[in-house]
Amino acid sequence: MTNQQIRQQKIAEPQDSALSTQHSALRVGVLALQGDFAEHIAMLQRLGVATVEVRQPLQLAGIDGLIIPGGESTAIGKLAELYGLKGPIAALAQQGLPIYGTCAGMIMLSRDIGDTAALIEGQPQSLFGVMDVKVRRNAFGRAIDSFETSALIPTLGEPPFPMIFIRAPYIESVGRDVEVLATLAQGDAPIVAARQRNLLVSAFHPELTADTRFHAYFLKMIEEQRGQH
Amino acid sequence: MEKSTFTTKKGLAQMLKGGVIMDVVNAEQARIAEQAGAVSVMALERVPADIRAQGGVARMSDPTLIEEIINAVSIPVMAKCRIGHFVEARILEALGVDYIDESEVLTPADEKHHINKRDFKVPFVCGCRNLGEALRRIGEGAAMIRTKGEAGTGDIVEAVRHMRTVQDEIRRLQNMPTDELMAQAKEMGAPYELVVEVAQAGRLPVVNFAAGGVATPADAALMMQLGADGVFVGSGIFKSGDPARRARAIVEATTHYNDYKVLAEVSKNLGEAMVGISVSSLGERELMAKRGW
Repeated sequence: MTNQQIRQQKIAEPQDSALSTQHSALRVGVLALQGDFAEHIAMLQRLGVATVEVRQPLQLAGIDGLIIPGGESTAIGKLAELYGLKGPIAALAQQGLPIYGTCAGMIMLSRDIGDTAALIEGQPQSLFGVMDVKVRRNAFGRAIDSFETSALIPTLGEPPFPMIFIRAPYIESVGRDVEVLATLAQGDAPIVAARQRNLLVSAFHPELTADTRFHAYFLKMIEEQRGQH
Repeated sequence: MEKSTFTTKKGLAQMLKGGVIMDVVNAEQARIAEQAGAVSVMALERVPADIRAQGGVARMSDPTLIEEIINAVSIPVMAKCRIGHFVEARILEALGVDYIDESEVLTPADEKHHINKRDFKVPFVCGCRNLGEALRRIGEGAAMIRTKGEAGTGDIVEAVRHMRTVQDEIRRLQNMPTDELMAQAKEMGAPYELVVEVAQAGRLPVVNFAAGGVATPADAALMMQLGADGVFVGSGIFKSGDPARRARAIVEATTHYNDYKVLAEVSKNLGEAMVGISVSSLGERELMAKRGW
C-alpha cells in the first residue's frame, strides 16, 4: 500500500470513541503535526473545553474550532500536505469554521508571505492560504532578537496583554475586511494580531502565558458562530 | 520590551517540539533537511560518526560554514561549541546562531566547569544522562535539554537508557515526601529549587529532546513514546543511502509516533541505514556521553 492509500484508508475508518458527540460542550481541535500544541491544549483545558489532537483528516470531524499552534511553518506545511490536511482545513476555513493561528499558525493561515517563503523542491512552502493578510516570516530577526513586551488589545480591554515573540512574524498589510486587533508601539507599528470573520491570528504566544483572555476571545467567536446555526 | 529572556529562550525550544533537528555539514544538506520538514539544523564540520572515525580534537566549526548554512535556510540554525569553551560560544552568538549546543560530541575544553549560560543572549541546549545532570545544566542557564545517547553510533541503546533514567528519576521525585527533597538534591548534585520544581510539576522545566543513536523512523518513534519532546538526528541521515527520503520518513515518524500503520509505511524502502557501531563494542574511553560534569 502506498502512503497515500494508508492516509485515505484512515479517513474511511470509523470515528474514534474519543470523538463521540457532546453537543453541549465545545470541542476544539488543535493541529498536532509539530510545535507547541500541548501548551494550547493546556490553555483550552483550563478554560473547560474538550480538545482533540489533529494529525489526520478524520480528526477534523465534529470540531467546533481549530487552533494552529506555533512551530516551524515549513515543517507544519510539509506534514499538512503529506497527510491530506491542507485541502480540508482550507475548506473548513471557507465554510466559516473558527480557526486561530499563533506565530507559525498565522503564517499558515495567511495568503501571502512574499519573499520570506522557503523554497521546497523549487516551490514556495505550503500554506493554507485563507486569510487576506500579507505576513513577513522571522520579521523581528533571529533567536537573540526574540522579546517579551505587553500592549493593550482594545478588544480585550485592560490590563495590557503579555506578548511573547519568538523568531516571530508580523503582518505587513491587511485586506479590506480584516480587523487589526493589536499593533506594537515600535518601528513601523507592526500588526501583531488580527481577525477576518472566522479567522483569528496572533504573532505572539498567549499559550505561553498565564493570561487566558485571548483564548477566551477565540471561544467567544466559536459560541457566536454556533449561535448563528 | 525585554530581549531574549529565559521565557523566549525556552519558548523557542517549545516551538521545536514534535520535530526533528538534523546534523548538516554544508548548505546543500541544510536545504535537504529543511525540505524534508526538519524544524532546525545543527551546523557542523563533521557528523559524529566521522569525528569518531577520524579522531583528533573536535572543535567549533568554521564560521564561514555556519554563515553559509544560516543563509541557506529559513528554519533555526544551531551550532556546537566545546564543553566549557565560552569563547567559542561567544563567537557562535556573534554569528547569530539560534541555539548553541554545548556538546560532548566535541572535545571538552574544561574538565570541571560548563559555560555559565545565563550570561548569554543566545539560548543553549545541553546533553544529560540523568536528572541531576539535566538540572545542573538548567541551573547554569540551559533553556533546552537533550538526553545524550551515544553520538555517531547509530545504536539507540544509550538514548533509551538516558531517557528512561531521566523519566524514572522524575517519577521518583514526584512520589518523594517534601522533607526528603534536600537530601535528594544533595545526592543528585542538583539545585534544590529545581528539584522541588520537578517534584511538583512532574516534568523538566524545559523541553527535553532525545539524541545520540537515532538512525531509523522506528528509533525516532521509540524515543517519542518514551517521553522525548522531539529528536536530534546526527549521523543517521546523511550517513545513510538516501538522506532526503530517510529525513522525511523520520519527520513523519516523529509526528505520527503512535500510529503503527504510518510507521510501517514510512519505514519502507529507505535504502541503507548508517552502518553503525554497537555501543557495547566501544571502550570506556571512546564513550562521548561520559564527557560532561
